[in-house]
Amino acid sequence: MSELLQFLFSGITVGAVYALVALGFTIIYNASDVVNFAQGEFVMLGGMITWFAHAQGLPLPLAALIAIAATAALGVAMNKLMIEPARGAPVVSLIIITIGASIFIQGAAQLVFDKQIHSFPAFSGDDPIRIGGATILPQSLWVIGGALVVFLALWLFFTRTLLGRAVLATSNNRLAAQLVGINTNFVMTLSFALSAAIGALAGVLATPITLTAYSVGIGFALKGFAGAMLGGMGNPKGALVGGFLIGLFEAMTAGYLSSQYKDAAAFIVILAVLFFMPQGLFGRKSTDRV
Amino acid sequence: MLTVEGLRSRYGRIEVLHGIDLHVDSGEIVTVVGANGAGKTTLLRCLSGVQPVTGGSITFRGELLVPVPAYKRLRRGLAQSPEGRQIFTNLSVEENLRLGAFLFNDERVEKDMDDAFQMFPILKEKRNLAAGGLSGGQQQMLAMARALMGRPSCLLLDEPSMGLAPIIVSQIFDVVKGLKALNVTVLLVEQNAFGALKIADRGYVMETGHITMNGAAEELIADPRIREAYLGI
Ligand SMILES: Nc1ncnc2c1ncn2[C@@H]1O[C@H](COP(=O)(O)OP(=O)(O)O)[C@@H](O)[C@H]1O
Ligand SMILES: [Mg+2]
Repeated sequence: MSELLQFLFSGITVGAVYALVALGFTIIYNASDVVNFAQGEFVMLGGMITWFAHAQGLPLPLAALIAIAATAALGVAMNKLMIEPARGAPVVSLIIITIGASIFIQGAAQLVFDKQIHSFPAFSGDDPIRIGGATILPQSLWVIGGALVVFLALWLFFTRTLLGRAVLATSNNRLAAQLVGINTNFVMTLSFALSAAIGALAGVLATPITLTAYSVGIGFALKGFAGAMLGGMGNPKGALVGGFLIGLFEAMTAGYLSSQYKDAAAFIVILAVLFFMPQGLFGRKSTDRV
Repeated sequence: MLTVEGLRSRYGRIEVLHGIDLHVDSGEIVTVVGANGAGKTTLLRCLSGVQPVTGGSITFRGELLVPVPAYKRLRRGLAQSPEGRQIFTNLSVEENLRLGAFLFNDERVEKDMDDAFQMFPILKEKRNLAAGGLSGGQQQMLAMARALMGRPSCLLLDEPSMGLAPIIVSQIFDVVKGLKALNVTVLLVEQNAFGALKIADRGYVMETGHITMNGAAEELIADPRIREAYLGI
């Protein structure tokens, strides 16, 4: 029983990180129908830049803030330099561009920083909290809280604000969005900035638990993608639930089968969703008549 | 209000507008009629800034429009209900209308939406449904209503009658005619020359990227060449 509880705790902790990555996917997908595979690199940069700035002597909160801002700026640059010039290209080409960007960012991080594994101190210490025979780290609560807050903010943004609707309108029909006065280039810039910032935040929150290195991005991208697919691409609620489910599935696989199979869990989910449930759990049904 | 001089535009290396001259005065309903492929849609796309202009000029309320990006043209008072309706299919009818007034955030938005529902009562019934599920005629109404939510002084209408049953077409043309009373100037592009000329003050005839005739609407309707080529009489 306490074993199960322990697996549950570790599942929702990594699940929260995947949920944050999946939420990042959601925003860019909603604005442009593009699945941004560089999303995992934003997580890596959040961790690596924070570590680097902290190691230079900056206080942790400031280092984290710098990391988030710098990553957001990189997201904007990626849109301006790689996505915007290719506008009008099929979505598949744009997705391949994001894979290229991901490889590029990884290489650059290896040069600018190093190949070592890094971390920085947990925000509220390392004393495990005991609950029902199992333990959870205070940092886990930070990660879980972060995922919930970001979800809530995004949900309000897309359903309650005109700018959020403008993002949805831009992906639904870019021509019509321009005709009603929406600056669609700005919407794209905003989406990349937001997605990158959320990815970086995930890296900041998770690094004291998961550690970071130049190469961790791919894994986060893959698992966040699996979560977003499972929940239904484009739906914040789906991203949250899907991310948590992937984390739990992974933790159970590692706990009851073998940690060797842990990474296969996400693949199995991606394949199963593609075969049996392409819309995902909360995916929007296509209502186009034409 | 709107003056177009020597307007040229192309797709790749193929020029499809070869120097268009026309003007629309404030308060008028002006129509451009022409067969499929004449270049009517391209003309309206140029006016809204979503199609590159390769020559000539567009002046709107005294300002040169060509350097103004598409998303800023509604701020100048120029709206378009585009060919194929182009509604936001994934969003509800009401959200479509709200986005039509994207530039505004005041009490008038609510009032304008009530006016739109009065103009097209069926939209009120369907206000919470996804717009993609509407019939063709309802989508056309939504596209026009959404354009009007942007409080335009001039509305560009691209083939509102396309693919619709005659009874819906006459309903829509009645609404277009009624825009005069709302101080909205109209540039209406149509293949349905008869229907368009009947509600217009003036008309232009467009053929393969050229304006070949223009005049008062009743004169054009009476002209034997037009009767033969476009009215099937
Ligand atoms: N996206 C496009 N690419 C290439 N040619 C186009 C495109 N759209 C329209 N054309 C061509 O431009 C000409 C004018 O088309 P269009 O403006 O749509 O005419 P209309 O609206 O009067 O039917 C036609 O010969 C058409 O084939
Ligand atoms: Mg056309």
